[in-house]
Amino acid sequence: MREKATTLYIGPQHPGITGNMMVRLKVEGDTIVKATTEVGYLHRAFEKLQEKRNWLQSFTLMCRFCVPETDPMEESYARAVETIEGREVPERAKYIRVMVLELARLASFMLWYGGQNGSLGLYTIGQWSVGDRNYILDLFEELTGGRVYHMYIWPGGVRRDLPKGFEQRVLKTMDYIEKRLDDYDDIMFNNAIFKKRTQGVGIVDKETAIEYGVVGAVLRGTGIKSDIRIDDPYEVYDKLDFEVPTAEGGDIWARALVRRQEARQSIRIVRQVIADMPEGSVYNRIPNPQKWTLPKGDAYVRTESVRGEIGLYVASDGGLYPRRVHLRGAAYVHGITLLEDVLKGSNVADVSAIMNSLGTCPPEIER
Amino acid sequence: MSFFDLKDTLRPFTALKQFGKKPHTINYPEKTVEASDRYRGLHYNDLDDCIGCGNCSTICQNAAIDMIKIDGIEGKNGDSGLRPRVDNGRCCWCALCVEVCPTGSLSLTKDYNYVTDDADAFLWTPGVDNPDGKDRISFSTADGVSLNDFKRIPMPELEGMERVKSFAEAVIGYNEEQARAEASRCISCALCTEACPDHMHIPEYINAIARGNDADALRIIYDNNPLPEMCGKVCTRRCEDVCAIAVRGEPVAIRWLKRYATETALTSEITREIVNPEIKEPNGKKVGIVGAGPSGLTAAYYLALRGFDVTIYEANAKAGGMTMYGIPKYRLPLESLDKQIEYIEKIGVNIKYNTKVGKDISFEKIYKENDAVFIGVGFPKAWTLGIDGEESKGSMQAVNYLHMINADENVEIGDKVAVIGGGNVAIDAARVSARFGAEVTILYRRRIEDMPADWEEIEGAEDEGINMVPQAIPIKIHSDNKGNVKSIEYLLAEMVPDERGGRPKPVAIEGSNTIMEVTAVMGAIGQQGDYSFLEGEYEEKIKVDRGRFAVNDDQQTSDPKVFAGGDAVNRTADAISAIADGLRACKAIDKMLVGN
Ligand SMILES: Cc1cc2nc3c(=O)[nH]c(=O)nc-3n(C[C@H](O)[C@H](O)[C@H](O)COP(=O)(O)OP(=O)(O)OC[C@H]3O[C@@H](n4cnc5c(N)ncnc54)[C@H](O)[C@@H]3O)c2cc1C
Ligand code: SF4
Repeated sequence: MREKATTLYIGPQHPGITGNMMVRLKVEGDTIVKATTEVGYLHRAFEKLQEKRNWLQSFTLMCRFCVPETDPMEESYARAVETIEGREVPERAKYIRVMVLELARLASFMLWYGGQNGSLGLYTIGQWSVGDRNYILDLFEELTGGRVYHMYIWPGGVRRDLPKGFEQRVLKTMDYIEKRLDDYDDIMFNNAIFKKRTQGVGIVDKETAIEYGVVGAVLRGTGIKSDIRIDDPYEVYDKLDFEVPTAEGGDIWARALVRRQEARQSIRIVRQVIADMPEGSVYNRIPNPQKWTLPKGDAYVRTESVRGEIGLYVASDGGLYPRRVHLRGAAYVHGITLLEDVLKGSNVADVSAIMNSLGTCPPEIER
Repeated sequence: MSFFDLKDTLRPFTALKQFGKKPHTINYPEKTVEASDRYRGLHYNDLDDCIGCGNCSTICQNAAIDMIKIDGIEGKNGDSGLRPRVDNGRCCWCALCVEVCPTGSLSLTKDYNYVTDDADAFLWTPGVDNPDGKDRISFSTADGVSLNDFKRIPMPELEGMERVKSFAEAVIGYNEEQARAEASRCISCALCTEACPDHMHIPEYINAIARGNDADALRIIYDNNPLPEMCGKVCTRRCEDVCAIAVRGEPVAIRWLKRYATETALTSEITREIVNPEIKEPNGKKVGIVGAGPSGLTAAYYLALRGFDVTIYEANAKAGGMTMYGIPKYRLPLESLDKQIEYIEKIGVNIKYNTKVGKDISFEKIYKENDAVFIGVGFPKAWTLGIDGEESKGSMQAVNYLHMINADENVEIGDKVAVIGGGNVAIDAARVSARFGAEVTILYRRRIEDMPADWEEIEGAEDEGINMVPQAIPIKIHSDNKGNVKSIEYLLAEMVPDERGGRPKPVAIEGSNTIMEVTAVMGAIGQQGDYSFLEGEYEEKIKVDRGRFAVNDDQQTSDPKVFAGGDAVNRTADAISAIADGLRACKAIDKMLVGN
């Protein structure tokens, strides 16, 4: 006998999701037959605001697009502005940018460790990884003056040079984090509960991934090797030696395996850029921001964020403000269309785990 | 995989090995974590260094900063008297306000934002709410990162020794690209507008130049100055003295930018086409103006725009007053002045040249035939040095010398000239003499740094090979038996501090007499008024106080129908003050006669 369908509401406040959004579920028993996402709780209209903020002011809004992904946003904006303007970036600044971007990846993975496990009721690892993430935030605070919102990668380079002895402190922290990743493995990847709850759950197959324009670890978890840092390298990624991990299966487990490896690759990259970083200035100063205009033109830049490729379109009409800023983020596709699709047929208990695994990030979806 | 995979079931228990470890997130006893050396925490402002320019408030995209009045801090020239107050409910600690602060007074500290039940605590006046914040400054511009453009675009000029060969204009002028770049340094704080006697709309026209809109710039400039190209070349530019960028850098070249914008209109017709001012229908009221100097011309221009029937009576053959007959042509070429005056006449101002009031026409006639009168007669008479031998041939007053040269007359000065004084007139006379091939020495009572002349003029004179003898007090002019100047005798002086806190005074050193052979001596120690045209009852009715007309804030004299302005009124003795007076008088006359 078919069970009677009921409607369940998850969110907009829910411990399993970052930011506020709602998923309306039609369930039969504990099986989801239809999922509808409802967003609109976090719309701050940053892109629109930027049309009334000058080119410098707009830079400070970028980091707010997505809380766990602040630096790739700043990076994208800086590079878009530099492309339109033809502004050179000093070599040292490029290395520093990559270091920041990779530290940001690591910090973001640490949050994911907590979130992914927490969504399954495994809370220990979150206590660890979020605590360990603080050591990276300490580095950010030292370098940029802020822990989460760095506002550091600006058009022309970065805002300040490394403080004295900073490189050593970064390397020390990398050694520490690398050891801790082994501890995480013990209680996560060698954990029967984690395996049971993630293997074969939340599957995205290759075809769906391609059809939906899926990116990042979600795409790589279907066995497709794709990474903007390799495919369309920016800054100094073409000079660095690192791997792009993939996994087969397209389930939460596969995606977790990919992220697990990527965290280690980030450490590898940070060590390289610190070893290779040249001396020199760290920015090509922009003019008086009040009078700073960009030539007419536009740019679309691609950056590999933790969620995958993001694209930022910036257009200038030759004036003091951006004419248009538009983000093609990973979360919009993953967290709305793909999520609705994947949830169909899943178990209610897995909703949070799937959302997390797909990289659903309401702040970025809505901007 | 079986659920009871032994390895995967036991492995998570390795977490237990963390038990004995020192926790890294908890401290007993609790201690406050010291923020990093670059931390972006609560603001601090050095209230003494801050000039209240408001650039922090302008850049803040969260509108978190208001500029407010603070007890004990008064506005003054170059300081708005306002200070930033931050709304910490809006601030995002981006620190852009710090990086655009031209004085470097604003910074962020290591102090964390805090939680309190006092809602007003959100409003934070840096420096007032944390007077000791200086000790915890973290994010500042002290490390040299600043978003101000401190370096001026250099003005192309003829080289010093090239200049003295002719009366060609020494300053060449910005080209378009240079002007845009220079204009782009401006932060639009408007401290300059306050400091300008005429309150010109400086940030607005600079902004227009920066945006590539020179025509707009010209229109904005003509809003309250009808002789702007003259000012663009020779203004005393008190605006630049207070430029916020000048606190740590070189002031924006406000004067040169005005010059650039005005020079884009090559003829008076083009000026007219671009400015295209609204000229009101005639209102039937008549105004008579004595003197076509900057003050008289300004009053006349704006009165004409407002529909008045205006006539200027000018003693000389040309208008412009001291800007025509005083300022040398290598600073202000004749064509430039002609163009500007032509434009004023085109608007409908009627100038009666070679008409000296008191001689060719009586003041009484002007007074009776007009509804109001404006007097802008300047300070034409030079003070004499009051020393022996001043009547010798070859001893003259610098203003008279300059007048004659500008009127194309021949003046015999020989090959060795001494100029007495340290003001602009002295420097002008010296540089003009050098252009006639003379070896020139300036004798000045005080030190070079005390000279009231513009520093660029002093530098210009030095570049042109003019000697300066500071702390020199002339006591006698010697002449030969034909009565021609032969030499000048002077005493050296030492600077004695003023007990009342004024500037140090020169006191002659006895026995330091020095004699210098010269062929001409020019006195340039100041001028005074000549009000002999006011006869009979008018001498009584129009009050003069210590050599200047006594006027109220509307430039109105003790006779309500008569207004006065320019050098004959104000002590600043520069063209822009004269222009400001003329405009003020125009507004007052309009109000009095028409009620506008
Ligand atoms: C050598 C020199 C250099 C200077 N350099 C500068 C400079 O670089 N920058 C600057 O800002 N200022 C400069 N000044 C000062 C500036 O020129 C004056 O402040 C300004 O011209 C004053 O304007 P005014 O309208 O008061 O009178 P004036 O310019 O003095 O004009 C008065 C006019 O009234 C006329 N007049 C007087 N009496 C009668 C009468 N009875 N009947 C009819 N007409 C009469 C005169 O002929 C004259 O045309 C300089 C002055 C001199 C002498
Ligand atoms: S730190 Fe940024 S947000 Fe805060 S007051 Fe300054 S400019 Fe505004």
